[in-house]
Amino acid sequence: MSLPLLQVNDLKKHFPVKAGLFSRKSEFVYAVDGVSFEIARGETLSLVGESGCGKSTVGRAILRLFDITAGQVILDGQRIDDAAPSTMRQMRRRVQVVFQDPFSSLNPRMRVRDILAEPIRNFGLAKSAEDLEVRLTALMDTVRLPREALNRRPHEFSGGQRQRIGIARALAAEPELIVCDEAVSALDVSVKAQIVNLLQDLQSEFGLALLFISHDLAIVEHMTHRVAVMYLGKIVEVAPRREIFAAPRHPYTKALLSAVPLPEPGAQRNPIILKGDVPSPINPPKGCRFHTRCPLVFDRCRVEEPVLRAAGAEQWVACHLEEGAPAASPEG
Amino acid sequence: MALLEVDNLQTHFRTPGGINRAVDGVSFHVNEGETLAIVGESGCGKSVTSMSLMRLIPEPPGRIAGSIRFAGKDLLKLSDREMRAIRGNDISMIFQEPMTSLNPVLTVGRQIRETLMIHQGLDKQAAEAHAIEMLTLVGIPEPGRRVREYPHQLSGGMRQRVMIAIALACNPKLLIADEPTTALDVTIQAQILKLMLDLKRRVGAAIILITHDLGVVAEIAERVMVMYAGRKVEEAPVAELFRSPRHPYTQGLLGAVPRLGSSLTGTARRLAEIPGQVPDLRKPIVGCVFAGRCALATDLCRQYAPGLEEKGPRHIAACHYSAKGAVAA
Repeated sequence: MSLPLLQVNDLKKHFPVKAGLFSRKSEFVYAVDGVSFEIARGETLSLVGESGCGKSTVGRAILRLFDITAGQVILDGQRIDDAAPSTMRQMRRRVQVVFQDPFSSLNPRMRVRDILAEPIRNFGLAKSAEDLEVRLTALMDTVRLPREALNRRPHEFSGGQRQRIGIARALAAEPELIVCDEAVSALDVSVKAQIVNLLQDLQSEFGLALLFISHDLAIVEHMTHRVAVMYLGKIVEVAPRREIFAAPRHPYTKALLSAVPLPEPGAQRNPIILKGDVPSPINPPKGCRFHTRCPLVFDRCRVEEPVLRAAGAEQWVACHLEEGAPAASPEG
Repeated sequence: MALLEVDNLQTHFRTPGGINRAVDGVSFHVNEGETLAIVGESGCGKSVTSMSLMRLIPEPPGRIAGSIRFAGKDLLKLSDREMRAIRGNDISMIFQEPMTSLNPVLTVGRQIRETLMIHQGLDKQAAEAHAIEMLTLVGIPEPGRRVREYPHQLSGGMRQRVMIAIALACNPKLLIADEPTTALDVTIQAQILKLMLDLKRRVGAAIILITHDLGVVAEIAERVMVMYAGRKVEEAPVAELFRSPRHPYTQGLLGAVPRLGSSLTGTARRLAEIPGQVPDLRKPIVGCVFAGRCALATDLCRQYAPGLEEKGPRHIAACHYSAKGAVAA
């Protein structure tokens, strides 16, 4: 098997929080607590889960927007979680990001031209002033914005157009992987469809790998090759699209899928309504983290944490009900 | 007789760039105990419509015209005092973001009590007891303890339950829910939608549900009204609307949403895009509001605005070309 573009091994990120004004003991938010997966070149892996499950923290760790607590992030065979600033600089070019909010992620004082030229200059991609200009107009064509728009500022654009600018900025660095952190979540239905189609076209045109972080399962199904479902800082299930949507194994994946309202009036569905809320990641439950809400909980779940086990050719599930399958790690 | 009848509602705002016609001549009705969904994208005027019903639009810069008849009374002709007696009592409202619509410095018990003491004239003890009853009704565990807590001590789903408890405390005849589950996670959304359906059966209030989520619409609405650029473009019973949408905008909206499970049934396809953008509401619009983005538009559409015509039983749409038969989308 060829080397995956990105490998994440047992990634942990714990954020310290103050326990109290006079307390010396500090507590931690266990935002991501042992997550492993890989992404092949040209592949889309989606990270799904609800608020606070740690999916965005995983994205930020890969972008190295902060240092991780433990684990490894390996890009194309080279560790980037502890890379020196000089090597990191070249690695940053290869992993770019598109954020959720196109209003706060573009500098309002800069013209589109300067926003897009910045990564090109930073990474020394343009050979000359003419080359820069050629690249800028090509980027505008790629994201289907008029070329004249290069001289305008972000506030002159609608939300969907701004998201196109955000995508053009990510493409300017000629990356191999783009982290899309809820990149279409804030957009209206009709605009969302435009951006989803654009991302799919770009992926096939440039052979990009995407880490698609989203809570919108219908969009994920539409976009993705594989899905990793997260709950309270852990991956509970990883599988190709077909397996996740046709035969989900983990009780949380089943509940999550059944909770999505379908745009079909009178559709027969029996949503699994989970009780209560997601527990705090400061004191995650002992044993299986999902046991407090799981409809199938039994004694063992409260004391012993399940590990990811193979449940099919490429399907991995962390649940004691999957007992019998050999425990292993999802790499390999 | 209809519980609520809105006729030619116009809500305009004076802005530095001209008059913004946020809602421009919208008429609809809601029957007793019925659930009407108003759908549309940002800026279509669905929230301004709901705020107008409650007369929560600041005037100036806003101005509301037309008539809003609720149980026989024209709400636009009432004094502020008379209107206050209706808000929270006969008509109440749930908003999208429960953190900003609850008062952070008052306990949730006090916030539920307030409406009971003002509208129903209950004393503090009776109101407290009723508040606990309401929290039980909306499924909050340990209601006796929760009444003494502040909004920040509750999770997002719990806060939305508290909002629903406040809204239903006085047994309103009409509940306006403006994107009630948009800010919530999907498993919590499922809880709240189930709660709203249960309560509707028990309390029997009519609901106006404002949302952009077609899945939520299919789940709880009986009738749907589609808005675009401040106008009503289509209205139909929910099954009819999803089965045979007549307005090209409604067809576009339905085609732009991926269906869960479509990768399995082989029905996955490229998402339909609606090209272009919503027109600027500060400029007068000649002809059909959707003409600039519509694949079917002709000179007729660009010159004359289509009226709402009957396209089927209880099904109306404003389009020159969506004849009674199927439309070529």
